[in-house]
Amino acid sequence: MADPMRIRAQASGDKATVRVLMSHEMESGQRRDAAGKLVPAWHITEVTAALNGKQVLAAEWGPAVSKNPFLQFAIKGAKAGDKVAITWKDNKGDSRTDEATVS
Amino acid sequence: MQTRRETLKQSAVVAGLLASAGFPQFAQAAFNKTAFDAKTVQDAVKAAGGGAVAESKDVTITGPDIAENGAVVPLGVSTSLSGVKQLLILVEKNPSTLVALFHVSDAVDANFSTRAKMGQSSDVYAVAIMADGKAFYAKKEVKVTLGGCGG
Repeated sequence: MADPMRIRAQASGDKATVRVLMSHEMESGQRRDAAGKLVPAWHITEVTAALNGKQVLAAEWGPAVSKNPFLQFAIKGAKAGDKVAITWKDNKGDSRTDEATVS
Repeated sequence: MQTRRETLKQSAVVAGLLASAGFPQFAQAAFNKTAFDAKTVQDAVKAAGGGAVAESKDVTITGPDIAENGAVVPLGVSTSLSGVKQLLILVEKNPSTLVALFHVSDAVDANFSTRAKMGQSSDVYAVAIMADGKAFYAKKEVKVTLGGCGG
């Protein structure tokens, strides 16, 4: 199981800015190991975000997103106390969900 | 005692059942492999459901002029157009151009930032695909001093 994400959600005005730092290797599938063999791609394919249990964002990612990916977006109408849940899935079938409260 | 023939028959039935029932998580998982395998900007946009791309001032891409480390290039896309369905980040000279694809809903701003890997200096594109399939882009050149794909 992967390490937890770091999520920060901050309300300003009528929206909340969410910053997420995920912990993932994001192997591109282009790199070769010491023996000259291609290291198979291992990356996050899907990211979803939910506000109080209702999905607000879906994203698809390729192997070209950096290692330990960062994502920033803004949810309209979110206020302090609301719960933001982020879920990712990778191409090996692993997934992780973490939750944070808007401050 | 089961014969080999019976065992085979049974496993065929089970496989059939599995196939017809489907795996709900895979049905939902709409990872668009064609788009992520595309080698050019236009192919990736087409695979994501967009038409011919046209340049637009209402789409913006943010990124550094010079990236010292190609493994971590901060890129942002945003648009002021309304009715945007998807926002794409693409790096033209990467082995596969598409980096990330965001499905925009009414509940979020059409403004996303993330970090991408870049193999070499290249134009980076932000593409907005509208509900009617029209596609608008903005591009920016990012120079990379140290490539991020060779490792």
